[in-house]
Amino acid sequence: MSHYEAPIREPLVLGDKSYHDITEDIAKPIEGAANKNWYIAFYISLAAMLWGFGCIFYTVGTGIGVWGLNKNIGWAWDITNFVWWVGIGHAGTLISAVLLLFRQKWRMAINRSAEAMTIFAVFQAGLFPIIHMGRPWNAYWVLPLPNQFGSLWVNFNSPLLWDVFAISTYLSVSLVFWWTGLLPDFAMIRDRAVKPFQKKIYALLSFGWSGRAKDWQRFEEVSLVLAGLATPLVLSVHTIVSMDFATSINPGWHSTIFPPYFVAGAIFSGFAMVQTLLGIMRKVTNLEDYITRMHIEYMNIVIILTGGIVAVAYATEFFIAWYTGSPYENYTYLSVGAATGPYWWAFWSLITFNIVIPQLLWIKKFRRSFIITFIISIAINIGMWFERFDIIAIVLSKGHLPSTWWRFEPTFVDVGIFIGTIGFFFVLFLLYARTFPVIAQAEVKTILKSSGEFYKKRSEQGIPTKPVIEVTSIAAINGVSNNNKNG
Amino acid sequence: MEASKVIHAFYTDDEVLLDAVKTVKADHHHIEEVFCPFPVHGLDKALGLAPTKLAITAFFYGITGLSFAIWMTNYIMIEDWPMDIGGKPSFSWIENMPAFVPIMFELTVFFAAHLMVITFYMRSRLWPFKDAENPDPRTTDDHFLMEIPVNNNEETLVALLSKTGAVEINIVDKH
Repeated sequence: MSHYEAPIREPLVLGDKSYHDITEDIAKPIEGAANKNWYIAFYISLAAMLWGFGCIFYTVGTGIGVWGLNKNIGWAWDITNFVWWVGIGHAGTLISAVLLLFRQKWRMAINRSAEAMTIFAVFQAGLFPIIHMGRPWNAYWVLPLPNQFGSLWVNFNSPLLWDVFAISTYLSVSLVFWWTGLLPDFAMIRDRAVKPFQKKIYALLSFGWSGRAKDWQRFEEVSLVLAGLATPLVLSVHTIVSMDFATSINPGWHSTIFPPYFVAGAIFSGFAMVQTLLGIMRKVTNLEDYITRMHIEYMNIVIILTGGIVAVAYATEFFIAWYTGSPYENYTYLSVGAATGPYWWAFWSLITFNIVIPQLLWIKKFRRSFIITFIISIAINIGMWFERFDIIAIVLSKGHLPSTWWRFEPTFVDVGIFIGTIGFFFVLFLLYARTFPVIAQAEVKTILKSSGEFYKKRSEQGIPTKPVIEVTSIAAINGVSNNNKNG
Repeated sequence: MEASKVIHAFYTDDEVLLDAVKTVKADHHHIEEVFCPFPVHGLDKALGLAPTKLAITAFFYGITGLSFAIWMTNYIMIEDWPMDIGGKPSFSWIENMPAFVPIMFELTVFFAAHLMVITFYMRSRLWPFKDAENPDPRTTDDHFLMEIPVNNNEETLVALLSKTGAVEINIVDKH
């Protein structure tokens, strides 16, 4: 077994760590008490969440009329938020699945949290179409169930139904991928828990993981196959989301560029959200040795790439809209009409936050700075929200007939539900950060000898990673006993 | 009962463990089980474990999902209640097939992923409320445990294992 890695690669685990140190570091945030900042963040998020739930109850109780929708703009904030949240989710699967296939070891420090973010973001996304139904208790009608309404079935020609299948497959597959990876780490917490209640909970969560050689062999194969399945899945999800628009006949939406452009935008926004979350989490949980400057830089490079694809897509859309010479195209979200029209502020927010600001990441100093990364990641989150808002609200505000032109004004309920989902998302993430092993410790242990700072330095000096065997190293040879500690 | 007696040899390093497994195997002893805190590459080969067939099952589960999607779209859209939607009548499945590609893809992935994971959980006996079977809690932290059954060869085994870099050797009555 070779643990060699080229010395030019920066270490992924800093400091003089042993396998046991990794266990200690990852278990500490779970076993220790939460600090004051955690409680402040939690209560603010909880308040936002409750406010959002209040707005949802108000919407369901009164009707969709409490939103700012009108005869022309039949969906606006809800679908904007839906696409925004689904897009954010994409980075998690990209990190855990695509980077696994590419054998990128740096994913191991961030995949757990990125996947958690995926799952929590898809929860938020799923809320919006269900609320928009107006009668959420009938949400199961989207499923192809035999029913009593005459032989009325769902319509498999509709991209909205493709969405139902794509999102539910995506959510459930991400969930089992995440949970399967969590089993050995829950088992680690279980085996060191001292409080009986805690031990019971983690024993339940770990599904009785024991770590046999055969289990690990299957575990690795299952991870690889799941990554192989999740990779086309994640690309399909935002492709299908983009088809909600692309298969329509509205100028500005009816565009074959949408699928790749939406996927790139999703990864762009998802990585930005990972940066936002990890920027805070590495500090709060003292995991700076695992989520290093290099991890931040690598993610920034992905942001530059996907942001570049998005910028090229914008330029293409803008050019084609102008080149058609069609007057309708001047009302699409990327046109001179949009840049100078009533939604000029939304247009320029999109350009500034999504194209201009991320270019700062070309500068290595900024790319490796935690604080600048954090600020840019927030800017991208805002920019990507405006992208979806522009696509929906600007395009719909000016239809083919000038007599139907109407603008969208959000009500406090629109805003409240959006803020509520942000609160809900952070409530889930904060609870996760206190109760789950936030780094895939079993995986990090496999790369410690090849990518740990301590071992890398030693291998440069020519010291092998394998310790020298001494017979005197035996601590104890015990006679017959019944020390089957786990029963 | 002599047959239920086993030796638990503990190691704290993956490379030492791998060499130890090879040494014990070379000396023609049966290794009952090895418990590890993380996957050790090459361990399954050293132990002589057969390759897992889970990927193959996933392929067949995927085929099942695809077939189910084809059957479902055909039954619902073509046979049971054909409708003319947007001037695109549902008279034949093959002509409508492009619109069903997303469903066919998603159900292929859905079946392959979930049924494979369920198979994995069943085969490795993992489910909620299942009790853990690792004999020592340190094996999920930083210790590797090799379990070898004893058949009147206690001294030979202990002598052999002591030379392989074990940090602790316990002789245990297994129930």
